[in-house]
Amino acid sequence: MGERLLEVKNLRTSFFTVAGEVKAVNGISYYLDKQEIIAIVGESGCGKSVSQKSMVQLIQMPPGKILGGEVLFEGKNLLDYAPTSKEIQSVRGAGISFIFQEPMTALNPVYTVGNQLVEVIRNHKKCSKAEAWKIGVQALRDVAIPDPEKRMRNYPFELSGGMRQRILIAICVACNSKVIIADEPTTALDVTIQAQVMELLQQIVERKKTSLVIVTHNLGLVTRYAQRIYVMYAGRIIESGTTEELITKPRHPYTKGLLNSVPKLDQTGSEKLIPIDGTPPSLVNLPDQCAFLPRCPYACDKCRNSMFPELRSVEGENHFVACHRDIVEDRT
Amino acid sequence: MKATVANDTILKVENLEMLFPLTKGLLSRQYASVRAVDNISFEVTKGKTFGLVGESGCGKTTTGKCILRILEPTAGRVLYNGVDITKMPRKELKQYRRELQMIFQDPYGSLDPRQSASSMLKEALTIGQTKKLTGEINDRIEELLVLVGLNTEMKVRYPHELSGGQRQRLGIARALACDPKLIVCDEPVSALDVSIQAQIINLFERLQEELELTYVFVAHDLAVVRHIAERIGVMYLGHLVEVLDSSDLFQNSMHPYTKALLSAVPTIDYYAEKSRNRILLEGEVPSPINAPSGCPFHPRCKYATEQCKKQRPELTDRGGEHMVACHNV
Repeated sequence: MGERLLEVKNLRTSFFTVAGEVKAVNGISYYLDKQEIIAIVGESGCGKSVSQKSMVQLIQMPPGKILGGEVLFEGKNLLDYAPTSKEIQSVRGAGISFIFQEPMTALNPVYTVGNQLVEVIRNHKKCSKAEAWKIGVQALRDVAIPDPEKRMRNYPFELSGGMRQRILIAICVACNSKVIIADEPTTALDVTIQAQVMELLQQIVERKKTSLVIVTHNLGLVTRYAQRIYVMYAGRIIESGTTEELITKPRHPYTKGLLNSVPKLDQTGSEKLIPIDGTPPSLVNLPDQCAFLPRCPYACDKCRNSMFPELRSVEGENHFVACHRDIVEDRT
Repeated sequence: MKATVANDTILKVENLEMLFPLTKGLLSRQYASVRAVDNISFEVTKGKTFGLVGESGCGKTTTGKCILRILEPTAGRVLYNGVDITKMPRKELKQYRRELQMIFQDPYGSLDPRQSASSMLKEALTIGQTKKLTGEINDRIEELLVLVGLNTEMKVRYPHELSGGQRQRLGIARALACDPKLIVCDEPVSALDVSIQAQIINLFERLQEELELTYVFVAHDLAVVRHIAERIGVMYLGHLVEVLDSSDLFQNSMHPYTKALLSAVPTIDYYAEKSRNRILLEGEVPSPINAPSGCPFHPRCKYATEQCKKQRPELTDRGGEHMVACHNV
């Protein structure tokens, strides 16, 4: 494993709403090494996006508030800085940058692509407009956009969804981001375009020596591209491990449930899917016990009577699970 | 008007075509048209599921809507139980409306926010009914809610009080209220979370068994379609490029587009995924306004020849009811 680049310790973010405190991120810890691709997997509302945005304080405050934890990036704790400080602004973009799910809303519709690229580049690097333009064209070339000079003068609406997503990646490339956080990068795209964008991201990680965090609900995507996986449920990480460990020997009932819910392409019989019963819990008034308890097929008295289980190390490389029970399922 | 169809064929689509005119200027002069669906034909067997897959803009939803005459197709025939419903006057069509239903993708947009669940179901139960239903309506509403796995207390709820999965269940209940024979499901699970998605897919399967329903299942997710459908039609740019049994999809698909689509879908089988060779398609789907000549797939196909550029391949049977539209297989 390479050099440690980013480490998040016990991060907690809540939103204070009329209905009460929404514990979106409830004490999560993870790390990212140089040139590594990790994935944060979970369903909608599990806090996966908020956990990422909290790192660079991009959440709306109020109602949101980062209650505690540390985000160590290149030896500094990013949570020590004020949300509008120069220091954190220099980290956003140049250090840690984001690719969002909906590329149309992430780009400004009334400025050309070139305009937006030049603005970002000049924010992070002292250079003339002409130089920034050149860097921008090169960045578009790096993400395999044909005819980059012409595309620089296009507005976002003139481009297709896949092309817009490439522009966002180009912005990360242009500012030499060390960490790219791709928040559901391909959900809005078609399957064949999705494959193109993911292959591109993987190439960028190799060529530009960046690291990548894929935030997604799509387990297939993660299986192919990530080296390690963190599974989130109701604001907490409930299982983590290398992709091979986690996909082939899942320990947590939720992870198993997720894997069993996905229809498989290569099976010939008409086997039934095994869904997870019930719905994800509301993050307001979360119980003290395991949040998965009401939906868990393995729940026992110990689960009902004890506090939320802490992540503990289990057999296998780097494998951690937050579950009182220990049910191993071999999916190899 | 009766045509000869095999007994177990409930729906037969013949040379269906849908053109959307593009107009400009003060007088709305037509200068071009979008060929959303271009000359497609397929058959759906009673009690089975026919899956239509393809990427966005390939015309799969338009096909679904043409079958139900939500959109009026420009050419072709749709035979429901041997009766052509495309040319039928609206009044006559009414008797079929209840038998042909649709379930939509967006469970947020397809339910009236100002109608409670029971009032929605009541409307669906009574509309187009020849005889008056009175006392039994309430029982029927509760029966429907139970059928789709909702609590009977849900009937007083409004859509905003329901979760995404519950809304989709309500949408299904509304379609079932009409005692349909055939349901066109337009991406019914793509807006749902993975764990909820499996619940709804299982619900579709259970309902099909219990009520002997026939589905036309439109979706972009190949794995979902392979799971639920017995036969699959793969669409590209308004054309049907391959029609095959779903058990053949993974191993025996022949069209280069189907193969590329299959290889682009990431799976959760770790070892297979690591060793798999991916076919990456170049470029994007061309605009249907100036669709390429000949085979619609030729600009992205690595096997394309001169013939592909000039001549459009016909959908032909390659044995075992496996239809492919390609010059080179």
